[in-house]
Amino acid sequence: MQFPTLTSPHTERPNQVDQTMLMVVLALIPGALAMIWYFGWGILINLVLAAIAALLSEAMAQKLRGRPAFGTLRDLSALVTAMLFALALPPLLPWWLTVLGAAFAILVVKEMYGGIGYNPFNPAMAGYVLLLISYPVPMTTWLAPSVIAEHSLSFGQTLTAIFTRALPAGLSWDALTSATPLDSMRTQLDMNYTVTEIRESPLWGAFGGRGWEWAGNWFLLGGLFLLWRRVITWHIPAAVLGGLLAMATVFFLVDPDTHPFPLFHIFSGGAILCAFFIATDPVTASTTQKGQLIYGALIGIFIYIIRSWGGYPEAVAFAVLLMNMAAPTIDHYTQPRVFGHGRLSDD
Amino acid sequence: MLNIAATDASARKIHPLPGGLHLPDNKHQSSVRPIMQAALPKRLIIPLRQHAGNPAEPLVKAGDPVLKGQKIAQGEGLISAPLHAPSSGVVSAIQSLPAPHPSGLSEPCVVIETDGEERWAELPAPMDYRQANPAAILERVRAAGVVGLGGAAFPASVKLSPRPGDGLHTLIINGAECEPYITCDDLLMRERAAKVLAGIDIIRTLLQVEKTIIGIEDNKIEAIAAMRTARDLAGYEAMEIVVIPTRYPSGGEKQLIYILTGEEIPSGGIPAQIGMVCHNVGTAAAVADAVLEGKPLISRLITITGEGVAEPRNLEALMGSPVADLIAQAGGYTPKANKLILGGPMMGYTLFSDEIPIAKATNCILAASTAEAPDPGPALACIRCGRCAEACPMSLLPQQLYWHSRAKALGKACDYNLFDCIECGCCSHVCPSHIPLVQYFRFAKSEHRREEAEKRKAELAKRRHDARQERLERLEREKKEAMRKKQEAMKAKKTAAGGDAGDAKQAAIAAAAKRAAAKKAERATQGEAPKNTQGLSAAQQRQIDEAEARRAQARKTAHSEDRARPAAATESPPQD
Repeated sequence: MQFPTLTSPHTERPNQVDQTMLMVVLALIPGALAMIWYFGWGILINLVLAAIAALLSEAMAQKLRGRPAFGTLRDLSALVTAMLFALALPPLLPWWLTVLGAAFAILVVKEMYGGIGYNPFNPAMAGYVLLLISYPVPMTTWLAPSVIAEHSLSFGQTLTAIFTRALPAGLSWDALTSATPLDSMRTQLDMNYTVTEIRESPLWGAFGGRGWEWAGNWFLLGGLFLLWRRVITWHIPAAVLGGLLAMATVFFLVDPDTHPFPLFHIFSGGAILCAFFIATDPVTASTTQKGQLIYGALIGIFIYIIRSWGGYPEAVAFAVLLMNMAAPTIDHYTQPRVFGHGRLSDD
Repeated sequence: MLNIAATDASARKIHPLPGGLHLPDNKHQSSVRPIMQAALPKRLIIPLRQHAGNPAEPLVKAGDPVLKGQKIAQGEGLISAPLHAPSSGVVSAIQSLPAPHPSGLSEPCVVIETDGEERWAELPAPMDYRQANPAAILERVRAAGVVGLGGAAFPASVKLSPRPGDGLHTLIINGAECEPYITCDDLLMRERAAKVLAGIDIIRTLLQVEKTIIGIEDNKIEAIAAMRTARDLAGYEAMEIVVIPTRYPSGGEKQLIYILTGEEIPSGGIPAQIGMVCHNVGTAAAVADAVLEGKPLISRLITITGEGVAEPRNLEALMGSPVADLIAQAGGYTPKANKLILGGPMMGYTLFSDEIPIAKATNCILAASTAEAPDPGPALACIRCGRCAEACPMSLLPQQLYWHSRAKALGKACDYNLFDCIECGCCSHVCPSHIPLVQYFRFAKSEHRREEAEKRKAELAKRRHDARQERLERLEREKKEAMRKKQEAMKAKKTAAGGDAGDAKQAAIAAAAKRAAAKKAERATQGEAPKNTQGLSAAQQRQIDEAEARRAQARKTAHSEDRARPAAATESPPQD
């Protein structure tokens, strides 16, 4: 009898890229739902727009490169990029900015470097930074969370606002929008208010901004799910949050009046999303365990530095991109000791 | 005195492996049935290379009758092993046939048509190894063709003869059997623990080690119990039986030694460098057979398993039994049989045909279904997830090795310690992109070896070329020098003929002429036959002189041609 020949190992492989990506998509859903709950339909519309733009861009790039279009669409990596990108966007961002950012992320940041596995920068964060630098005003126009908002827009009104910038009669942009907790904390600290005074505003919840902190909790849940399913390891999330907490704690202890308490930094803005979903993007992160700790901790530290003394209230994207650049170097210097090396016996 | 249970359970600290995998072990399929003696095949195909090192040299020829246990091939050199007829019959051919080797290539094999009579050759007498000379025991083991049965098939006698200065102190016995599906060591320990322990006792007596540690994975509860009982019965208190966690690849030599002792074999080294020797339980049993019963290694336990066979089990099979025969005795193929794997799923290799015989190192035939060993889909791009590095028991960075191997940047791959890779397959197994990482590493290793060999060859060729070049230049120099001298001498002669010769020279010439004349006279008086150039007439002498002059002229012309073609001229040895 004749049999086919193949090389070892001859096993059913437990891991698959598309399944890994699917886990990430699933893990993002609770946080995404919370965001939609607190900030309205705009979040959902952003997600859909970004997903369509990203998947189309990916398919187009595959076609241009002469590869089967559905080959890499199936691995869901473009969908993950789109979701992470969309969840960072303000709810009423003009549609074309969402599309532009997502297409840039996929076409320029990912595919022009060779597609999945080859991009040095996190596509979602690079897309976000492109928009933030080029269109700072719409990118920082956030809505107040539903728990404190006086007005809320229906799905149709949101769609109109996103596609035509027209608001329902009697509503002005000023009445709808509100600064993010990070932004307001920063602005008011600059105006010499103390943290205690600032937190008297109804914007604030137990840890961070109202709404924001709860979205953070749901992302945390998704992150723990990824840890449980071993899609990610604890190293990067722990290091990111640890680095951020350490910085925040030190400065809080030095002067609690001008430095918000440490948990504020964790539960405001995108710190949790970053720690579990963005910094853990395997392609652009450090790959050695020791390297991941350094990589994560430095992201946490950069988040604090840029938030506190940089030009933007939120710093996740910048911190991640900065450390993306450093990842290969970190990897080079944190190679594990190979078994049987460096512990030679005396003889 | 410590009690035995305490020595086992508490004394030894287990050092967890870096990396490794917890795999579904799939051992119960074959371990539920007892060992069965395989029926005698009609035809045995004995590959001459069944061991690490040089192939054996056949001692029989086609048509020779052989007896069971008769030596049919002898080991060539130190690292080799003799082969014995596994059964009686007639040698029908010595020819190249597909051998159990990853390449699937053919190798010279002795083919024996068995006669079914199982007539034994005269075996050497049993030995009392406690009294016998160690050299005699070693010779017995060597002559019995015992090789490592754990997989490498390294001649056992080599690892049993400690070199002075090795300072061996610990014998590690490998009963881990970490590969999924394989249960032959498990069954051996369950059913033949006393023999295994006797073999271990012989080995430790030979090696004169202080400590003996037997490592068994904790999924072999019956084997552990059987070994402990047999040890207590035999009174081998000093043998530690250590239960280690089931984790692939804890049965790798380096891994097992680390788990049991916390010591690492230096990169590229052998256990003897840290005072240890590692033998497999199967090898120990074979040593016991050779020493205590005089039996050569002609059969072994082999696991026939997988969804592709009806009754997975362990067989005591003769070396050289064709795989198809053994499958038939395990209930034959099921319709699910899709691949034939020799060895386990992690490190085994596929056979293209079941006509291939088993050899000394064959521990398992896995007839796998599509579900057990699916065809890998196309490899996707590496997403740098680092699972491979997490799984690597050698703490390598398979991902970096992959980039460099794929780019054929072999130097870089070596910088990332390519040659420390034990090819266990953990990285390939966990890769979400299904990249055949181990295959890349095997390729890079062989490519690097080839390049090194070529480099050595080129280096040698260059040295030879340089030496030749230098020799040619030297010859040229010497020739020129000689010519210069000749010309000078001629010039000197000319000036001498011009009447300006020194008196001393003239006197010397005169003296020489006198000596020559005296010699001639002496010869003449001794009755030597006169030469035909003696006593010539003046006319004859003139003719000879003219001929000489022409010859000289011709020689001169030839010489100048030589100089015009130095390469051609200098190929011949120096003429002056």
